[in-house]
Amino acid sequence: MDPLSALITLTNFVLIPAFAYGSQLALGALGITLIYSILRFSHFAHGDIMAFGTMVVIYTTWALQSAGITGGGVLPTALMAIPVGIAAMVVYLLVVDRLVYRYFRQVKAKPLIFVMASLGVMFVTNGLTRLFIGTSERRFEDGQRFIFSVREFREWSGLAEGLALRSAQAITILAALLVMLALFWFLTRTKSGKSMRAYSDNEDLALLSGINPERVVVITWVIVAALVVTAGTLYGLDKGFRPINYFQLLLPMFAAAIVGGLGSPIGAIVGGYVVAFSEMGITYAWRRFFSHMLPEGMAPDGMMQLLPVDYKFAVTFAILVIVLIFRPTGIFRGKSI
Amino acid sequence: MADPYLIGEDMTGGYGGADILHDCTISVERGEIAVIVGPNGAGKSTAMKAVFGMLQLREGRVRLDGADISHLSPQARVRAGMGFVPQTGNIFPSMTVEENLEMGAFIRDDDISETREQVFDLFPILRDKRRQAAGELSGGQRQQVAVGRALMTKPKVLMLDEPTAGVSPIVMDELFDRIIEVARTGIPILMVEQNARQALEIADKGFVMVQGRNRYTDTGKALLADPDVRKSFLGG
Repeated sequence: MDPLSALITLTNFVLIPAFAYGSQLALGALGITLIYSILRFSHFAHGDIMAFGTMVVIYTTWALQSAGITGGGVLPTALMAIPVGIAAMVVYLLVVDRLVYRYFRQVKAKPLIFVMASLGVMFVTNGLTRLFIGTSERRFEDGQRFIFSVREFREWSGLAEGLALRSAQAITILAALLVMLALFWFLTRTKSGKSMRAYSDNEDLALLSGINPERVVVITWVIVAALVVTAGTLYGLDKGFRPINYFQLLLPMFAAAIVGGLGSPIGAIVGGYVVAFSEMGITYAWRRFFSHMLPEGMAPDGMMQLLPVDYKFAVTFAILVIVLIFRPTGIFRGKSI
Repeated sequence: MADPYLIGEDMTGGYGGADILHDCTISVERGEIAVIVGPNGAGKSTAMKAVFGMLQLREGRVRLDGADISHLSPQARVRAGMGFVPQTGNIFPSMTVEENLEMGAFIRDDDISETREQVFDLFPILRDKRRQAAGELSGGQRQQVAVGRALMTKPKVLMLDEPTAGVSPIVMDELFDRIIEVARTGIPILMVEQNARQALEIADKGFVMVQGRNRYTDTGKALLADPDVRKSFLGG
């Protein structure tokens, strides 16, 4: 029996990857929840907007690299490209809002119509991304790959089991934390942030109080652009960039937002981690963990894997269904859908 | 005779479709409380909304301090000095009491702490609960938040749409006391009330409306003493 080895295995294969993945989902879900509470519709273009923004970051990264400007071999160059990606996406989202959503706001269209419109935006954005950068996988990660590798950890600790922390994972977790803190500071401490919450709470009274809804909408898109580009870049650094993967992120991101409670920022974050840890936990082969945890001779024969990794979206779907049946408002009592 | 501070004069109109108000006049004088009472569906709230610009008037006009404001949007009327507390949905439930007051003062760019202190002095319970989400408060406390929010713009006239709807009789008495206190600070108050008797007791002026028309208009005391009004609207 060797609980320490078991814990290290678990940390290496489940906890760290899930924590990083959960952070990426949380940032995405925050955007979804903000759009839902301010513009009052489910933003189906979220995954493809994320892909498009990440594409801008990749092009900028390549340009920086060829100009000889890099992260000095330590940090990924892409981090410097994020502001450019955010700026581009602010413009893109505001133009889309002007061309598409504003009209539906003016005619006070039903939420379902907004959803369909965002579906259209999704297809167009997806097409643009594929037109520019193609559908194949792109890696744009550079700089130091590991904070510490499996071998370094073994040598340092003298243990049999290895533990690695990739730079992309550490950066993801740290960056996500900073972005979340900044967002919460904005929402609870600034007048603009409070006016967003007020508008989300009670649209009519916000109008009556002199809050300009169009301004609130613009601020929302700017924040969404920042969240989406950051999340997309972190995901790409961690797992590589393929547009189809970003489209598929839509399901876990929505699941995260709904599980946490649509409209609740805290809920989006918690939901992100719930979805990530469930996906990882259920598709992980627990055999090694249990062979360490159980007494000699009781080690399991099978893989102890509940579902193959290919079925990770089934996990997300199951969580979504369970939440919608038993607690439709989510963990933090968001708006019921 | 001097013009009333706020007057909706000969108002006719509705929410599109048939007219709800017919030649209806509502007004409030400086330093007074005016109350609109009447049976259900008489158009009391509609009359108040008309004064606030929330429905299109076909005829008639609204004047504030002598100036015609008939063409102004509700938001512009807030800037012009009118405070309005809707009957429902009058707070930001997920925000704290303090944030509710802050949002009330959204159009102000100057220091609002003094006004906030005045509101807290008027409604001491709000000072105790300033960090609590307004949606978690009791019905009476919520109404205080709602009135407090409207006071944050330092309005020159305050309009309340059934401030005591859905609260217990004890809380209702307390709310009326608070409203009198607000009036004593010099802000004229125009309000719609279901509880006609209590409302007329504190009113300087009462408007009894029936089917979108003025039926009786007099001082609160006179209306309470009028046998016709008593029989028809106050239950004898």
